[in-house]
Amino acid sequence: MERSEKLILVVSGTLMGVFLLLLVYSGLGLGVVVPTCITDVRPFTQGRVEQRGPRQYDVYLVSRMWFFDPGEIRLPPGSEVNLYLSALDVTHGAYIEGTNVNLMAVPGSVNFARFRLEGEGVYRVLCHEYCGLGHQNMAGKIIITREAAAAPGAELVAGAR
Amino acid sequence: MQQGSFAVDRTHRWAALALVIVATTLLVLGIYHGLLQVLYRAGWIRAASFLGLEYYQGLTLHGVVNAIVYTTFFEVAFGYVVVKHFLRIPLDSRITVLAVAMMLVGTVMAAVPILAGKASVLYTFYPPLKASPWFYVGASLLVVGSWIPFFQWIAAYLQWRRLHPDQDTPLAVVGILSTFTVWLIATIPLAVEVLVLLLPWSLGWTASVDVVLARTLFWFFGHPLVYFWLLPAYVMYYVMVPPLVGGKLFSDKAARLAFLLFIVFSAPVGLHHQYADPGVSSSYKWLHGFFTFCVAIPSFITAFTVAASLEHGARQNGGRGLFGWWAKLPYFDEQRYLFAYAFPGLVLFLFGGITGIVNASVTMNNVVHNTAWIPGHFHTTLGGPVFLAFLGLSLWMLTELGGKPLRLTRWNVAVPYVWAIGVVLFSIGLSVAGILGEPRRTNMALSYSNPDSPLFQPQWEIWTKLGAVGGILMAAAMVIYFAVFFATLFAPAQPVREIRFPTAEALRYESLGVARNFTPWVVVAVIFLVIAYVPPLIEVLGGSTVPSPPYQPFSPVPVGQ
Repeated sequence: MERSEKLILVVSGTLMGVFLLLLVYSGLGLGVVVPTCITDVRPFTQGRVEQRGPRQYDVYLVSRMWFFDPGEIRLPPGSEVNLYLSALDVTHGAYIEGTNVNLMAVPGSVNFARFRLEGEGVYRVLCHEYCGLGHQNMAGKIIITREAAAAPGAELVAGAR
Repeated sequence: MQQGSFAVDRTHRWAALALVIVATTLLVLGIYHGLLQVLYRAGWIRAASFLGLEYYQGLTLHGVVNAIVYTTFFEVAFGYVVVKHFLRIPLDSRITVLAVAMMLVGTVMAAVPILAGKASVLYTFYPPLKASPWFYVGASLLVVGSWIPFFQWIAAYLQWRRLHPDQDTPLAVVGILSTFTVWLIATIPLAVEVLVLLLPWSLGWTASVDVVLARTLFWFFGHPLVYFWLLPAYVMYYVMVPPLVGGKLFSDKAARLAFLLFIVFSAPVGLHHQYADPGVSSSYKWLHGFFTFCVAIPSFITAFTVAASLEHGARQNGGRGLFGWWAKLPYFDEQRYLFAYAFPGLVLFLFGGITGIVNASVTMNNVVHNTAWIPGHFHTTLGGPVFLAFLGLSLWMLTELGGKPLRLTRWNVAVPYVWAIGVVLFSIGLSVAGILGEPRRTNMALSYSNPDSPLFQPQWEIWTKLGAVGGILMAAAMVIYFAVFFATLFAPAQPVREIRFPTAEALRYESLGVARNFTPWVVVAVIFLVIAYVPPLIEVLGGSTVPSPPYQPFSPVPVGQ
């Protein structure tokens, strides 16, 4: 093997090794997680929001042809959200604008992500998987507003588009 | 003329030509809807359908024709050419005709329901969206038909080994056998998904299907598939390109090692398409992420070896200096047009490789999963080196097998460059929009690109339009290509000669050792597959998923209720 060939093998191997270490750091050090298999929550067909503690919410989000239920969720700034995502009919996806929350909604299974929303504003939830003819209009929203903090729980408009 | 060569074997000449001509003709449809998609997404066509073709129906057509039919047809044809040319072992014509017939019939059976709007399920055909049973039967026939040539070639290869015990297997044959080993490994889980899960379900024989299992089987197929696309391009780069630039292959051993590493690492990686999925433990996803990083290594080897071979050729032609040799490559040489079809693809693949490593990076995938970034990525891989190599080699097969003189030769060398500039603009547009959150597989004309819609996203607009400009350039390149292809096809034939296959000599000889034999590599591949797929399949089969009834894309009510 020529010297330059050995060099390229070492350089490319080292490069991938460094990438891998940074990746492991992002997972273990920065706490970025990817969805895993959860079995303690069975697939559900009704969307709801439950308050678990001060600024802590469990959101049960149902994706279905062609809207999210609940379609609009109001939470106070700094809310920590446990998002449970199910699919009622076909496969959907949910990407929350401006965040790293990006999940598949697969029928018969429940997906999960935990995240915190700090700034006030509207965070749209976009369906990013083809789910039939109405796919391009399928979007919900999470509204982070101080007014929601005044309410005892989260305000909830079920099924709103 | 030697026995088994093309000039004396009409059946194989016509079989390969038929596959190339049918594939290129169907490609017109696939490219047409590629163009329409960028126009819809930019909001320049603001409708659900255009001239009778609905957006998602066209998207299905674009994916199935370009990524499955065109690639498989081309690769079987090219495989016959390589095996017949280098091994010179006679193949049974009747089996070849059967294989080609199965592929053609399967394609028609799948195409009719797509065009009739009864299979708008995209090329991933994710259940519980249900297509017409004919779609699944047709796809299965196409795949099984493509296995038959591989078995013919394995028999020919073993016979050749017995006749030439002291010779190294020709590099192109190593490449093609590696390609189809990857294909066979990949298509077994696909066959299980289609024949065991989806076909009985679409016929109504079974009531429901496990969607997580179906997705896992699909991506077990879906990622090695990309190396099935890529490896014939590597055959072109390693075997055909060095003599075109007047040089030799820098390292024959590195080339063989790269092909064999793809057999090992191409399959235990499919879960990297399912990082965002429920129902699969994250530890298995991390393992597949690790294997995906490993499969980058043979591409690094290829980038180095091909660049070193180009440099060697250019220096033979008087190229000097650290960068001066770049001026000595035949970029626009009309006779050596295969170089024009190779070079821009190599450049695009630098970006395709890097963005691919981003996608493989487990946690970073959260940012890009199912966004426009993904098509931005794979149009610099599948739409870069792979597609350009297939276009160039299809023309080459048409001239060599059909005895046709190449027409419009000056226009021809412009095709790959116009295409590549288009891909760059398209991919920048889609990649940036993807990072901003723009979804893939979405008729944005009706919502995100529509200023009258409450969902309008003004910050994506400029990037989507840049992507559309790129898409228009890509379509323009293809209009020229089709003109060249069909002008050549309908040119009067000249007497068919023995084919001229540009074949690289190695610059240096190195002993091959373990790279002489496929068996140890296939054994390691199977071991890695067992490690990577048995635990997640046990988890998925554990019954945590509630099975789903079938749905059609136009109704939220299950079929039959």
